[in-house]
Amino acid sequence: MVGSILPLELREAVVRRRGKRLLGPVDLTVGAKGFTIVMGPNGSGKTTLMRSLHGLQRLTEGEAVWAAGMEAVRKRQAYVFQQPVMMRRSVRDNLAYPLLLHGTKKAAARMAAEEWAARIDLTEALDRRATQLSGGERQKLALARALIREPELLFLDEPCANLDGRATRDIEALLKVEHERGTRIVMATHDMGQARRLATDIVFLLNGKIHETGPAEPFFAGPATPEAGAFLKGDIV
Amino acid sequence: MSEIWEGMKAAVWLIVTLDPELFDITLRSLQVTVTAVVIASAIGLPLGALLAIQRFRYRRATIAVLNALMGLPPVVVGLIVYLMLSRSGPFGVFGLLFTPTAMIIAQVIIITPLIASIAHQAIRDLWAEYHDLMISMNTTKGQRIRTLLWDGRRALMTASLAGFGRAIGEVGAIMIVGGNIDNATRVLTTAIALETGKGDFGLALGLGFVLIGLAIFVNLTIHWVGRTESEGRW
Ligand SMILES: Nc1ncnc2c1ncn2[C@@H]1O[C@H](COP(=O)(O)OP(=O)(O)OP(=O)(O)O)[C@@H](O)[C@H]1O
Ligand SMILES: [Mg+2]
Repeated sequence: MVGSILPLELREAVVRRRGKRLLGPVDLTVGAKGFTIVMGPNGSGKTTLMRSLHGLQRLTEGEAVWAAGMEAVRKRQAYVFQQPVMMRRSVRDNLAYPLLLHGTKKAAARMAAEEWAARIDLTEALDRRATQLSGGERQKLALARALIREPELLFLDEPCANLDGRATRDIEALLKVEHERGTRIVMATHDMGQARRLATDIVFLLNGKIHETGPAEPFFAGPATPEAGAFLKGDIV
Repeated sequence: MSEIWEGMKAAVWLIVTLDPELFDITLRSLQVTVTAVVIASAIGLPLGALLAIQRFRYRRATIAVLNALMGLPPVVVGLIVYLMLSRSGPFGVFGLLFTPTAMIIAQVIIITPLIASIAHQAIRDLWAEYHDLMISMNTTKGQRIRTLLWDGRRALMTASLAGFGRAIGEVGAIMIVGGNIDNATRVLTTAIALETGKGDFGLALGLGFVLIGLAIFVNLTIHWVGRTESEGRW
């Protein structure tokens, strides 16, 4: 096994758009192990932070430092967007796409696609166009498509936002398995129960800054800042 | 009134009996236009895709030129091609004036900008949709282009069909460069113009029906392609 791309370190990262500061300055280390949950009110910068970590968002200031070369870094991570992107192809071809990109043989890619479809309960939909799927089915498909190449680091932007209780439970189980297999996960969610069930670390954002961060247990037991406390109770911060 | 009625009857007769003259003219029309569409698509589709995803130096200028060319009156295109191909023109030595090749050249010039422009829009929209995903998946430029062309194939087909629709019904340019010569460069539109002038409404209407049929066929196909495309998008 080649060396890990982690830890990833964000140093004094700032993202500005048309003069407006959307994020930062932020210092954050994503260690080799763990399940980080990014929390915060709407517009606090969760998506911007995760896109910055992933490398999709150019930093206005500061830098992202990886433990490996950029070639490996770009290959070994995956991202599930808040609005899942459905390619105009069948569900099967959506799932196989990342594998085919990297030279997996067609037959093997199709087999893997079918296995993943079974895992997310979309076997029936394999030959349907992905653009016809429901919101929840889209999210499941996007998640499976991100996992199919077994990334070392996985970003999830509210992957359960449109899912019902059972589907959410299924996805959580799947994420737990992946996490135990060693996949490093960074995930934004609004679902407090889900955060408690999954998190090993918490990043709590407020107005584009990291307001509080650390291990999950003490955070949920008693957050250090009144804003995080209020947020956990469901108050407006 | 009775003249029109007689013309209609004659037209239907010509069509159901597969009149050789009508058949010839229709076939030549299709040959010229299909060839022009194939050539114009081979240029216009990749050009449109390139304009949509690649930032290069003269990109804006190219788009401006394309839009300007789209607005060119076909008659003017005909005139320019005529001057280029005429005996004393720069390409006179090839002796192409008044041949189907000249007509194809004129049609290619007329519809390439149209095809490129529609392809550009379609691929640009698709690229906006796919951008983050494809960057995130660490795709190469070649992979991006191939994916966009493949997933956008329906829209690209629409672009080519629109080019066909424009070319098959065009009369001004091909009249000038083709010369409407019997058995050589006479096509549906130029024949209709001629027969109408001569007062032979039977053949003119027969050819007109064929032309309308082709136009309806093309538009139905575009409509159908568009529907399968948008089906169940939301
Ligand atoms: N492309 C952009 N241009 C300008 N402002 C932007 C852009 N993208 C995001 N923003 C702004 O940046 C801020 C942070 O946005 P971000 O999407 O990171 O928030 P979020 O925490 O993910 O919110 P949500 O919970 O609604 O998903 C918001 O105020 C948003 O309006
Ligand atoms: Mg967000």
